[in-house]
Amino acid sequence: MTPVLELRGITKRFPGVLANDHIDLTLEQGTIHALLGENGAGKTTLMNILYGLYKPDEGEIFVNGEPFRVQSPSDAIARGIGMVHQHFMLIPVFTVTENVMLGEESLKPGGFLDREAAARRIREISTQYGLEVNPDSYIKDLPVGVQQRVEIIKLLYRNANILIFDEPTAVLTPQEADELFEIMRSLTAQGKSIIFITHKLREVLEVADIITVIRRGKVIGPVTPAEADQSKLAAMMVGREVKLELEKEPARPKEAILKVENLIVTDETHQVAVDDVSFEVHEGEILGIAGVQGNGQTELVEAVTGMRDVEDGKVFLMGKDVTHAVPRKFTEAGTAHIPEDRQRDGLVLPFPVMENLMLCTYYLPPFARRAIIQWDYVMLNATRLVQEYDIRTPSIFTAAGSLSGGNQQKVIVARELSRPIHLLVAAQPTRGLDVGSIEYIHSQILKRRDEGVAVLLVSTELDEIMQLSDRIAVMYRGKITATVSAEEATKELIGLLMAGTPLEDARQQIQKKATQSEKIGGAN
Amino acid sequence: MASTTNSQMFHKTFVRESPVRQRVMGAFFLLLALSIWFFFARSVDGSAIASFGLSTFQAKTQLDPWNLPALNTLYVLAIVCAILGGIQLSRGFKKYTNAVLAVVVGIFVFGFLVWATAGKSLNLVGLFNTTLSKAVPITLGALSGILCERSGVVNIAIEGMMLSGAMVSALVGSLTQSAWLGLFAAVLTGALLAYVHGIFSIKYKTNQIISGTVINIFATGLTSYISAKFMQVYPALNNPPTFGAIAIPLLADIPVIGEIFFVNNLFVFAMFIFIIILQIALFQTRWGLRVRAVGEHPKAADTLGIDVFKTRYTSVILGGMMAGFAGAYFTLGSAGRFDEVMTAGRGFIGLAAMIFGNWIPTGGRAAGLLFGFADGLASRMAILGIAIPSQFLLMLPYIATMIVLAGVIGKGHVPAADGIPYEKE
Amino acid sequence: MTTNSEQPKKPGVGQIFLEELNNRFKPPEKEKKRGRVGQTIAIPLLAVFTGLIIGGIFIILTTEQVYAAFGQSFGAGLAAAWEAVSKAYSGLFTGAFGDPARMIAALQSGDELQIRRAFNPILESLVTSTPYIFAGLAVALGFRAGVFNIGAEGQIFIGALTATFVGYSITGLPAIIHVPLALLAGAAGGAMWGFIPGWLKAKTGGHEVINTIMMNYIAFRLSDFLLTGPMKRPGSFNPVSPEILPSAWLPRFFPDPIRFHLGFFIALGIAYLVYWYLFKTTWGFELRTVGTNPNAAKYAGMNVTRNIVLAMSLSGALAGLAGANEVLGVNRNLAMAFSSGYGFDSIALALLGNNHPLGVVLASLLFGTLRSGATRMQLTAGIPNDIISILQAVILAFIAAPAIIRTIYRLRKPTVEEAGVTIRGWGG
Repeated sequence: MTPVLELRGITKRFPGVLANDHIDLTLEQGTIHALLGENGAGKTTLMNILYGLYKPDEGEIFVNGEPFRVQSPSDAIARGIGMVHQHFMLIPVFTVTENVMLGEESLKPGGFLDREAAARRIREISTQYGLEVNPDSYIKDLPVGVQQRVEIIKLLYRNANILIFDEPTAVLTPQEADELFEIMRSLTAQGKSIIFITHKLREVLEVADIITVIRRGKVIGPVTPAEADQSKLAAMMVGREVKLELEKEPARPKEAILKVENLIVTDETHQVAVDDVSFEVHEGEILGIAGVQGNGQTELVEAVTGMRDVEDGKVFLMGKDVTHAVPRKFTEAGTAHIPEDRQRDGLVLPFPVMENLMLCTYYLPPFARRAIIQWDYVMLNATRLVQEYDIRTPSIFTAAGSLSGGNQQKVIVARELSRPIHLLVAAQPTRGLDVGSIEYIHSQILKRRDEGVAVLLVSTELDEIMQLSDRIAVMYRGKITATVSAEEATKELIGLLMAGTPLEDARQQIQKKATQSEKIGGAN
Repeated sequence: MASTTNSQMFHKTFVRESPVRQRVMGAFFLLLALSIWFFFARSVDGSAIASFGLSTFQAKTQLDPWNLPALNTLYVLAIVCAILGGIQLSRGFKKYTNAVLAVVVGIFVFGFLVWATAGKSLNLVGLFNTTLSKAVPITLGALSGILCERSGVVNIAIEGMMLSGAMVSALVGSLTQSAWLGLFAAVLTGALLAYVHGIFSIKYKTNQIISGTVINIFATGLTSYISAKFMQVYPALNNPPTFGAIAIPLLADIPVIGEIFFVNNLFVFAMFIFIIILQIALFQTRWGLRVRAVGEHPKAADTLGIDVFKTRYTSVILGGMMAGFAGAYFTLGSAGRFDEVMTAGRGFIGLAAMIFGNWIPTGGRAAGLLFGFADGLASRMAILGIAIPSQFLLMLPYIATMIVLAGVIGKGHVPAADGIPYEKE
Repeated sequence: MTTNSEQPKKPGVGQIFLEELNNRFKPPEKEKKRGRVGQTIAIPLLAVFTGLIIGGIFIILTTEQVYAAFGQSFGAGLAAAWEAVSKAYSGLFTGAFGDPARMIAALQSGDELQIRRAFNPILESLVTSTPYIFAGLAVALGFRAGVFNIGAEGQIFIGALTATFVGYSITGLPAIIHVPLALLAGAAGGAMWGFIPGWLKAKTGGHEVINTIMMNYIAFRLSDFLLTGPMKRPGSFNPVSPEILPSAWLPRFFPDPIRFHLGFFIALGIAYLVYWYLFKTTWGFELRTVGTNPNAAKYAGMNVTRNIVLAMSLSGALAGLAGANEVLGVNRNLAMAFSSGYGFDSIALALLGNNHPLGVVLASLLFGTLRSGATRMQLTAGIPNDIISILQAVILAFIAAPAIIRTIYRLRKPTVEEAGVTIRGWGG
């Protein structure tokens, strides 16, 4: 049978990078083809080429055996190719109907929009594929899971046959991800074909019919899930053996450094984001906060670093009340903060590396003497840190914005960890980084822990939380619903907790499953 | 299963509605009530009559003026204001707050008129006619801004486009002795400058405010240059025919309303027609949906096959045409000649009216009328012999805009991608 | 990789200056630096050059004689076109710098008045440049802090008003006190006018571009009111203030007709101060950080609100000084029509000078010279001096979209993105 989609020798160069290097890919009808690779391997570039957002430098694309020259997304749409983007392409102030019909509007005579007709089709599609959504809701009022459904409906509304999912599970709980996989299977059962882009090994093995690995713009593979396991895929992805488990000493926690009591924090829209949260982080331990994105972690981190004011409750830092303190007070009391969004908060991109390396302490001696900046010392400090933290930069005068993501993060890590600290608040410290940088940053965090720093680690990457934490607290809808020790924590348990299951129920469910599988095992 | 997670995923939303705004508004209403009493009622002679003329001398049927006992009227107005303020403070008008605010401000303005007219007479029809005609460039400017900004391009060059439109329409109108050709040339000029703005802000991704400033400086220089070099030297080049007043048959004969709304020149009628067309086009047509999509989330529109650049160019050029049309008002609809920098900042007030009207055409109209009213009233202050210098009245639109922008009356929705160039790759 | 032995050498003042002019420190590799510094200087120069060419074309297109001459023959047309442009630009040149022949003649004659008259144009250019320096610095400082002060015009007006008021109403002061006091009043007035939109931006998110435009018009109405009412010169029919007392005049260095005054040197001093503030102090670092990335500034413990308000106030104060400088140094009274669009020109100056004090000073000298020369050009060549506005617009356009200049002159694209002006929409 002719494959529905074939890519041959796709090559794309960006200034200084070979993003795609002669990539071949074949998608058979009714299958899920996983495209696996680390961040920056070139997966998204490839898909943007297929979708007409980028133009390839070389290579050919065939749809149903016919050559396909894609100039713009409308060409791709016309040939039945649709994409669920990593960052949803939805307009918050439009309704579901308006978002779905945009570009393919139903019209009444006289050229007016026919919203009713479009809504009717949306309802049909929802029923057919089990994608429940109210066509009249505004996107801004919908939770992410439903927004993702709207994205899928958008494609089906355009009769797409080839669906591209770009990192679709990043914003979902493991259970929601399972639901999505269900939807994906039902789509393929009805004849659709899917390309599934991800960097998560577990998901690939679970849902894919065939796996293509991309490493530094080159294709490795394809393999079938049956031929592969997690460590083999990891090695294919990175190009060397990767330790999936980190080696670490058991923690030796001492007294509490950060103590949070009944904290209530609101977000920009005055809705409660952190709801009556209490916890402690001790000297020499890592407390991991797990949870799906948007369950109040961002606000929690901002509250315990002074970036966001607290509505109610208390924050203590080494016994001192710092509840309404400004960020500078936290810094001066020995807090280091690796912010969630490094480009938004952590760096001034157009500023040179050396200025970014003094960002939090620029006003203190020896950086400044009586408000006069000591540029000699600034340069000396930068030179030292660039070497010590292995920041790959042409010079300390280079703008931080022209460094790679990993090196940008190293600038932040170097700045924050190079001063004497008692508390490290690390929010999504490895988001979007390559494996090398991830390993490096993890080792740095562990090193500080062993030196006696209290670490509060917030991450939506369950693997990261499991690898690093000594204790794991799960946030769900603004509350810490459970705190479990690293020994007890399993992916399944944390996953259930992240979806809001109470701890006891979750334990029981896991117990039940275990006994069931034992029974099955016993019967065999 | 799907539906359960659906509801589960909703975040806890016990919204703590801030009662601050309710109180601020209530206090403001009371303040206005107090002001009516303190500033107006106290200084009015108890027996003074405020006489409002209801027809101009041109009207077919002359109506008797509307005579009000000034002091009593003011007391009534103050009491109504105070009651509304009391209700607002105690339980609030909730979603009707802004409507009530409009009523209260209206009462205050009326109170002002009564006070100013006490013992004298003021022709209301004349005042409203001036309001309408002064509102034309402001409203059209607002529409121009809405067209551009709804597609995501900030346009502070409306002023410059208007000025150029005014100059070109006078020049072409004089050369051809045809007001229509002058108008056409003005619209074309606006389109041309808007195209330049488009090239800078869409193609070269220049900061849009800077690009607008370039056009403003250029337009000021160019019009003054042409004016100084040619139009002042050869008076025949600055003598265009104008559009006279048109009376719509039957409708014009309705008392009061007929004279205010249905006896006007082309520009006033056009203003109303444009508002209606734009309102429908933006919210009920495919074109409008796409323009708004491009102004909110250009990448999303792009992924659905909508040409972001083309949409933006079209909107910006249409906006420029609107500004050029507004420019022609100054010469062909009003003065009958071109003077250097004669637009005197109307383009910027139009921009303010756009913000005031929350990027909605009908809202822009309301703001335009309000600002036009302040303008019209100011020109009558001297006639009424009021102690307040007219300059302060003329400041009101600017101050009002700043207050709106500060979000005291509630924040409007700015198109999310407004002012941000779209990078395709 | 960097090693310990590669301790960075302390760069000389000149080097730091050049590199900062270039917006930031640059990689030390020689070739790269030359390219970058080259472009930051080449682009403004080419923009000015191209602007002059376009201005010339414009002059040709609007000269009737050229059309008449082309009607006769092509050669005559070219000759007429050349004559029109050369007449205009030589008028511009002599208007700006003086006529060399006349200078020599005056020097030979030894007549002091003649000498002063001959050399006056170049000094007059400096006089015209002075308010530009202040206003350009005002906008540049704002840009560095991420605020777009489009309201310099209004701040200039208010600065002129307050300076004038102090200048004529307080009597009996010695010049050594009265002059600084009047200047300070001007700065304070402008600062107040900048403070309001700054505060509104910081506290409510109201966009400063709209607010400063509104403040401009409020300032015009206010001056209109004051000059026709409380501050009107007794017995005058025009809206003009009373004469400023001689004790508040900025001292002039030469007898009439030369108006060159102390203000020019004050402007240079202030420019150095702004440079020092921005690049040598922690306050300046805060200001620049807030201007480039307010989120990171907040993260770094800086007070974003205070810095925005401060920047707008300082910017307003600089603009106010421009107004004070004009009334105290040149006009010695305040009339309604005193400002000639410095506010909008100053945006062009700030950008032409790459928001760097030295750049602003150079750009101001250029614009001042052009303006000053244009007045004479209007007399000798019959070209309305509004041509300068057109020139300025064209130059600004090229500065704002350097891609156009690069295309025309086939320059290479820089590898690192230019740090452009980061101003968002009205959302705040």
